[in-house]
Order: sequence, then C-alpha cells, then structure tokens
Amino acid sequence: MKICVLVKEVPDAAVEKRMDPASKRLDRSGEKNLNPFDTHAIEAAMQIREGGAVEVDEIVAVTMGPESAFRALHKAVSLGADRSVHLTDAALAGSDVCATGYALARVLEAESPDLVLLGQQSDDGECYTIGAVVADHLRMPSLTQVIRIDVRDGKLRCERQAEYGYDTVDVELPAVISVGDAINEPRYPSLKAIMGAKKKQLDTRSAADVGIEAARIGAEGSRTEVLAVNPPAQKQAGEIIEDEDTNETVERIVAWLEERKLLA
Amino acid sequence: MSTAPIEFPPPVDSAKEFVGAPTDPDDERIEVGVVIVGGGPAGLACAIRLAQLLAEDEALLESLGEVPIALVEKGRTPGSHLLSGAMMNPSALRKLFPDAAEGDWPTYGTVDKDAVYLLTRRRAFPLRPTPPPFRNHGNHVTSLAQLGRWMAERAEEAGVYLLGETAATKLLVEDGRVVGVRSGDKGRGREGEELPNFEPGSDLIAKATVLCEGTQGHLTGAAIRRFELGSDDPQQWELGVKEVWEVQRPLDRVIHTMGWPLRLGARYREFGGSFIYPMGDDRISLGLVTGLDYRDARFSVHDALQLLKGHPLVAGLIEGAKRVGWGAKTIPSGGYWARPRRLWAPGMAIVGDGAGMVNVPTLKGVHYAMHAGMFAAEAICERLKAGGSCDDLSNYADKVEGSEIDRDTYRSRNMRQPFAKGFLVGGAIANLMEISGGRFPGGRWATHDDATVDVFIGPERDYPKPDGKVTFDKLSSVFLTGNATRDDAPNHIRLQERVPLEVALMWQNMCPAQVYEVPEAELEAARVDGRLDGKREVNLAVIPSNCVQCGAITAKGGRLTPPEGGDGPNYQTT
Amino acid sequence: MSILVYALHYQGEFNRNSLGAVSEGARLAGELGGEAAAAVVGGDDLTDDLCASLGRYGASKVYRARAPEGLAQPVVDVMAKVIADDGFEYALFGGGLLGFEVGAGLTARLDVGVTMEVTAVRAQDGRLVAERPILQDSAIVDVGYVGEPGIVIGRLNAFDARDGGDGAAEVVDVEVELERHSTRATMVKRGEQRGADVNIEDAGVLVAGGRGLGNAEGFELCESLADALGGAVAATRAVVDAGWYPYAAQIGQTGKTVAPKLYLAAGISGAIQHKVGMQSSEHILAINKDPNAPIFEFSDLGVVGDLNKILPKLTDAVKAKKG
Repeated sequence: MKICVLVKEVPDAAVEKRMDPASKRLDRSGEKNLNPFDTHAIEAAMQIREGGAVEVDEIVAVTMGPESAFRALHKAVSLGADRSVHLTDAALAGSDVCATGYALARVLEAESPDLVLLGQQSDDGECYTIGAVVADHLRMPSLTQVIRIDVRDGKLRCERQAEYGYDTVDVELPAVISVGDAINEPRYPSLKAIMGAKKKQLDTRSAADVGIEAARIGAEGSRTEVLAVNPPAQKQAGEIIEDEDTNETVERIVAWLEERKLLA
Repeated sequence: MSTAPIEFPPPVDSAKEFVGAPTDPDDERIEVGVVIVGGGPAGLACAIRLAQLLAEDEALLESLGEVPIALVEKGRTPGSHLLSGAMMNPSALRKLFPDAAEGDWPTYGTVDKDAVYLLTRRRAFPLRPTPPPFRNHGNHVTSLAQLGRWMAERAEEAGVYLLGETAATKLLVEDGRVVGVRSGDKGRGREGEELPNFEPGSDLIAKATVLCEGTQGHLTGAAIRRFELGSDDPQQWELGVKEVWEVQRPLDRVIHTMGWPLRLGARYREFGGSFIYPMGDDRISLGLVTGLDYRDARFSVHDALQLLKGHPLVAGLIEGAKRVGWGAKTIPSGGYWARPRRLWAPGMAIVGDGAGMVNVPTLKGVHYAMHAGMFAAEAICERLKAGGSCDDLSNYADKVEGSEIDRDTYRSRNMRQPFAKGFLVGGAIANLMEISGGRFPGGRWATHDDATVDVFIGPERDYPKPDGKVTFDKLSSVFLTGNATRDDAPNHIRLQERVPLEVALMWQNMCPAQVYEVPEAELEAARVDGRLDGKREVNLAVIPSNCVQCGAITAKGGRLTPPEGGDGPNYQTT
Repeated sequence: MSILVYALHYQGEFNRNSLGAVSEGARLAGELGGEAAAAVVGGDDLTDDLCASLGRYGASKVYRARAPEGLAQPVVDVMAKVIADDGFEYALFGGGLLGFEVGAGLTARLDVGVTMEVTAVRAQDGRLVAERPILQDSAIVDVGYVGEPGIVIGRLNAFDARDGGDGAAEVVDVEVELERHSTRATMVKRGEQRGADVNIEDAGVLVAGGRGLGNAEGFELCESLADALGGAVAATRAVVDAGWYPYAAQIGQTGKTVAPKLYLAAGISGAIQHKVGMQSSEHILAINKDPNAPIFEFSDLGVVGDLNKILPKLTDAVKAKKG
C-alpha cells in the first residue's frame, strides 16, 4: 500500500495575526508550523504501517506551498514519512479552495496512492473541505471527521463523528480520508529523525510538471473574491444584575432565557 | 526579623542531576562536531563564525563529520525566547558580517537624540547633559527576537543544523571532560510519567560544547558548580518587563528614566529604571528593569510598568496606541566580579549572559555575547587544527580577557553594588565612579545573592486595575507572547511550595507571568486583626504552563529548569 | 430557481440546522426575486408528507432522490444533476459534517467558488455576499462569487429556522445514476450513541464551571442545571488542573473551542486563555461573586452573586418552565 499524506504549512496558531489591509489577505509572514491536524494524519499513516494488517511500501508527504513549505515536509519526514513532494509554483499563489484541491489532485495522481490522508482542518481557517474536493477530482470515496481507521480485507473500516452520533463506514481503496484530532496522539520526532530529515528525498514539482492548467489556479482562477474586511459587529454592552433577592434574580434570568428561546 | 528566600532552598542538586555520563548505547548516540546550546546572539554568532572558519578549511570541516555544527534551542525557533531593550552596539554584527550592508541588518537603525529623566509621580526632571552610560550614539535599536530569527536564517544558509524545540537537559561529562549534552525527553505528564507518545532525549556527543544559554543558563549553572568555576562574588539579577506598542506619532529619541515608580529609600532597595526606544516610525519598545534584591513582597515589576504608563511623560507617548508585544527576562548584573572565575572546562566554554557578560550601567550585553561567541569559535578551531582536542580552552578565556568585554565591565565593576544603599546615595557613588573612569572609589565592592535579601510585606500598592487598553493584567500578557504550553506538562520549576506568607507573596508578585499564587483561602487564614501574618506558612499554588522562563525565580530562591522543548513564549517583537 | 438547499434528515425528521438553512435559503431567494428548493437524499423514511413539510420553512420544491443515507458523495451526484437540469445560482448548506463534505464535493464537481463557516449572507445588487469570521473572530470578511453557482456553507446553527406554519412544497423525484466512486463507501452503522461521551463541541447549551465553584462537588450544581437546560457541562483549565473535572470538558486556549447557543459560566473569571475558547457563543450568561471579573466585560447577561444560592434555584425554575 502506498500512502500519501497531504500536509500544509500554516501560521503559528498562538501568534497574533493580522490582515494585510492592502491585499485584503491574511498576512502570512511570520512563523509557520506544520498544521497540527496534519501531524495526526502522519501518525495515522504510521500506525497503519506499524499495525501490520497491511504492508505499507511508502509514506509520502505532499504539500502545495511557497518555497518555505519545505519545512513542513521536513517535519513530516521527521515524523515518519519516507520522502516528500513539494508542489510549488508562483502561478499557484492566491488559489482558492477549488483551485487548491484541483492542483493537489493533479500532483497526487502522479503518485498513484492507495490512500490519501490529511488533517481535516487547518489553523489558518480552511476546514473540512480540501479532502472532499481532492477526492472528487481523483474520483475516490472520501470521509471526514474520521477518528478511527482499521484496515481489514483490503478495505478501510472507519469511525467518524457525524451529526447524530458515531458512524461506522466501510471504504474501498483507493480513498481520501480526513482525520480529526481525536484519532490519535501524534508521536514526537526523535532528534535523529529530525536531523536526518534534510537528507531524505524531496522532489519539487511545478504546475506544468503535473499537468495543471494555468487558467484554473491562482488568483486569476479564483471563483470567489474578498470584497471587504470589517471588524466584527460591536457587541451590545451586556446587562448586569446584582443579586439581592435570589428569587427575583432567578425570575429575571429565566425571563431573559425565554426571550432568547433558550428554553425551547 | 524577616525571612529571606534562601532559607527555603529548592529541592534540586544541579551538579548531581544535570551532569553525568552518556547513557545511550553507542550506536544510538548522535555524533556532531561542535554542539552549541542556545540560539541567542552568543550561540548564533558562535555557530556562524565556526561555519565561516570551516568554510576556509576543508580538511577540518571533513574531520567534524556529517554534522559539523549543531545548535540546540529550547524555544520554538531561535528568537522565540529572546528579549532585550535593545540599543545594540553594532561592532559585533559588523565583525561577523563584514560584507553585509548596514541597511540589510534587521535593526531599526540609529537614533540621534537621547534624554534621561528623573521621575516623580507627576513630573519628569531632565538630566542634562545626558549621563555617559546613557549615551547611545551609533547604537542600533534592535528587537532581539527578530535579530535571532535573522541570524538563524544566516546560520542555516551556512550549513548549521538548527534544532529548535530541543532543550539541553544534561551536561555529559566523562573522565572529567565535557563530551556533549543530552536533549530533553518529550511526552511526559504532570507527574513525570511517560505518556503514550513519550520520546526520550538523545545523547549528543561533540568535540566541543559551547554553552550560550543566556540568563540563568540551566547547564551553565550545573557546570559552574560541577567544575567549581564560580566567582566568590555571587551573581545578581535584574528583572526586565517590556512591551511593544504600535504608536500614532513616531518617537524621535531614546529615553531612559529613573526614580518613580521605584521607591528611593534604602528600606526598599528598588534599583532600576525604564527605557523607551523608538522601533522605526510606528512602534516603540517600553520596559522597566528592577534589581531582584528588592525587599517589599508586594513589589511587582509588571504592575510597576503598568503604573509607569500613567505618568504624563509616558502616557503622551502611547496615546491612541495599541499594545502588540509583551515579555519578561532577567539580566545578570553582578558585572565583572560576579563573572565565573574561569570561563571554560575541558571540552566546554561558557559565553554571553550565562557568563555574566553584561555591562549593567550602560545596559549592554548583546554585542559582548556575540563577540565572545566568535572568540569561542576561533578558540575551538585553533585547538582542533592544532591537535584535535578541546581539553584546554584557555585560549578562549585569553581572547575575552584581552577584549573590550573585560575592559568595559572592569570599568563599571563597582557601579551596581552601591545601590544597595538606596538610590540617592548609590547614585552619587556611581557618578563618582563614572567620572573617575572606575578608579574612585576603588576596591572590590561585594555583590550579594538576591535570595539572601530578607523580605517583608509592605503596605498595599496603588497598582492600576487593568483596563485592557493601556494597562493589562498578567494573564492576557502571557497570552500575547504566544504561550500555549500544554497543561499536563511536567512542572519544570523547582520550589519549596510551603513557605512563610511573606516569601510566597513575594514570589506571587515577582513573577510577571502569574505562575505562583497564594490561594485565597490561605491568604484569608493568614489575616489576623486585619493584618497579614507574614511568618505564617502557606501552601503555594503553581501553574507552570504560564511560565515565560524569565528566570526571576532562580534569583529569588527557586530554580527554573528547561521545560519540554518548544514550550513557553514565542516572542516576535521583543 | 435561485437557491438549492441541502436538508439532512434522520429517523424521520429534518435536523434543526437544515431547517435553518432552508429558511435562510427561502429568505435570500426572495430577495433575489427567485425561489428556494431543497434536496433530500435517502430511503423510505422520506415520505411525501415529510418532504412537503419543508414548504413550511419556505422551500417551494423538494427534489427527492433514493440513495444511501448519511454519506456525502451520493448527495453531490444528486445536487450536481439537479443544478445541471434546472439551473440554480447558489447552493446553500447549513454546516455540520455532511454540509461541509457535500458542499466541498459539489465545489469540485462544478468547479466553482465556495465559502465556509459563513455566519451571515445578504443580497447585494442582485448577488449574494457571504460573511465569514476569521482570525479567531476578530474580523469579518465579505466574500463575493465569480460565476455560478456559488456554494455557501454556513457555520453550524448560523441560520435560524422559521416555521411559517403552513405551505407544502412540491415533491419531485429525481433519478440519479451515482458515480462509481460514490458507491465505494458503505454505511455499516449510523448514529451510534456512545453514552457518557458527550460531545461538548456540538452541544447547543453549555454550563461551564470554574474555580468559583469552590470544590469538585460544585460541579453537581452545574450538572443539574445542564440537565434541566438540555445541555452539557464544561470546565476551565484551573479546575481541570485541580482534578475537579475531566480534561475532555476543558474549554480554552489549551482545550476545546465551542460556539453554543448558550454558554452559562459559573464561577469563571474570564481570563483570555478561557475567553478564546468560547467567545463566539451566541449568548453568554455569567454568574460570579466578583463584580470586577473580566467575564462581565463580554457577557450578555452578568449576575453578580453567590452561585451556590443562584444555581439550585435557577435549576428548579428552568425545570418548572419547561414543564
């Protein structure tokens, strides 16, 4: 089995971020990390390999991003991926969800994976969608919010959290699975693995290398546009009650709850 | 009769716990050429200089194997744990990057004007002409957090292996020689237990180990004890808390203040002052530095800084401004006498703040750290070329002694100590020293261990209630540093947790990150007839995940050890 | 037709989130001078009556397709066909797991633009503009669409369900041949409840306890109230640290982030490390005996008082009201 793990470099979650007022885009300068949710995906791949139910020939980390994204790949490799692929091209800058999914599908196609794993959301605002977009382009079954994967008889038995509780779904390979952070506790890389990551094979691909059509990517190919960035609506100043007569206070609270249909 | 924190020593024996032989089996040890502990100005300068020297000597480079230079940094990345004013003397940067144009440096350039004020609550008396220590012509306003990141990039380009999120927890010593360091474990729980994703550290074996850990260096402290390198004069520390503000109007001068809100009386021993530096046109760096030998348990540097912002001089500068950064760090202030009497041991050198290479009256240390880092690199290369062993790094010490590091710190060797006599007397004596170029009064003024100073609970302070716009509480300040340490991380602070109230309250107020708290129930129980009984023992609550690793606790009776690599603040602008 | 809305059902009922989406779709379609329709996918439990009932929420037509329930890709096939056949300008989803999966799949299938975690939508110059928060809700971005259709995926429960009381939608059956890859996932067991494992993040009501509770037993007060309100219990870092409540319930910077309809904070000071985990809650009610607690600066209703007195009485009163 060949597993590709899609990883992404995202700005550090704990660092205050700002919008660039000129471009109306997230100011992505400053510290970047491997998207924490992707570490769960890499760990899931490792656990499939170590589980022994199926032989995993290769775990390949794949990313689409600017030059600096190689760091995310190094981190992915230090966590266990055997090699990595970096799709990078100036033409890809400003790609929206649709374009990004399309581009990733093209680079993944070139790898012919049996299983694509990724973190279901990222710290920079994208959530629950890239996996499904990629899967449709690759014409593979897809699931998100997956919190458990078992390999049996060449299929995946997945558990995922849905609207009504937990679903158990059998998925045939090849497939695209987006994992939730509840799926596992990612391992820490050993110092040896961190230092060895630089030496592992890292292939760079341009958009043309994998047959990406220029018109469908980048800011030009984007199907949405940011019209404005505004501060959030000013919250009305809250009401304060000083409790003197608790019975009366409770009455007022219940009235307040009722007004807002919170006692339905 | 008051209590001094030193009467409650922390449960730690650093020479025993943090120094030992390698334990990994041979094939699991990681061999590198030179290992540098700490990605601050000292460590990065050492790494870059080494890379430069090795680039000129292929045979030597080959002899150091696959990883000639490894630098371990406990923060997320070099820069994450760096904080300083700073008005940096550019001599070291010039020496390290002779071909770089000054415009390419990650600094905010020089500032022509400067001003020093003596503050009272409402007034600001300018001191003219500017006293010599405060003259900063030719010095560059610098954010150390940014400088660290910039130098780290240069280091990586030069081939240095930068290992961020990696703490060095043990000094590896075999047969009296330092042979490397051991990296910290990851994945332990609050009680030290191994969690499912536990990953043990590794032994990093090197021909030379350079300790550049900065203030309160963990292995530095252990090495000084193990090899008996300490001076007879104990080290002292100041605590600096600073903020970075985005301002409406540019500041055109470097400002230093003394006096209010620090209290001048000898009883309180509040020595220090504030600095306000312009960072380009739209930001300023504003900080308060105070000696940790103060006595009043209610004193809080963070809150005194908040109070300072209400002074008309400062309020005017931050009108309509927005706070974008905050941080805290200690500065070694024992100067020349407190520096380790020997800066090296077989296979090891100590560089920078960890070795007390700071000139407190002029608030300079960054360039000394870099110069010393370069000296260490040069000394190591000399030895490796000559015969391969770094057992004798006295050549490093010689270079430091023949340099401006020694000359400058010697000149101000007695300037900090007189302030134990209070600001006015101390100030007068310090001035005499300055005017006389350090000659009068001469002799050797003893330093003292901050933890030996007895504390008492003074009257309640008039610190402002945080308004979230100009003044801020500690927790939201910690949040601003990007600190998101996991809550079940092991407690990395060694401390006696049951101590008299006056010590507990002192720790609570001292810590800028609200790590220590006297629980309300305990505080109330100690209230007798409306007054607090300072001698009554209380149980302290400790929240280690707030810690920004400033090091103040080590100066005042506890011991900070490095938490899991990657934990703590992620300073961007400090 | 202007807007096609996906409606999710389970055991004979459409969920509140979907009803909200239908209502919102109808409202927006009205502003665009068009109509809203719903797409439903499933089996026998999609009776004519059930489907027609979406008319009460504003749908004029309901496209019904027979295909496996609870999986996203068959729905993508259905909606893609309906949009191709009947032409829609927008597809609207109420968020939730399937809302995201279907919306994303549809985006790829039709090669169009999508906006996620939308909190509000408005009509402007004959087109829709979607608003979504970013940077931990510290800014709102207005997003427009280039080309058609535009896909709008709302934040969970962002849209209010409006039951107009009457109105039956026209139910139309659609035959869809599923793509091969849409048949390669099989539901084995759907909607399994896991007892004590309450999902804090999905709860509509949370009663959160902090240090002001005094001790671990204080959480009994929170549990009773949560029970009465039909919600779950959450906790702050400080009390989880002290061992009063499990980490799974921790809200905040190093815990979970939630956005329930009601967040009731009892004995919580409101430090920013906690605030960032719950500040997007629709309604925040705080009870604390310290009038200076920071939480009062961002609560919608703040009660300064003793929670030991207030919580039990409030629990009784709520139970009485709900009957």
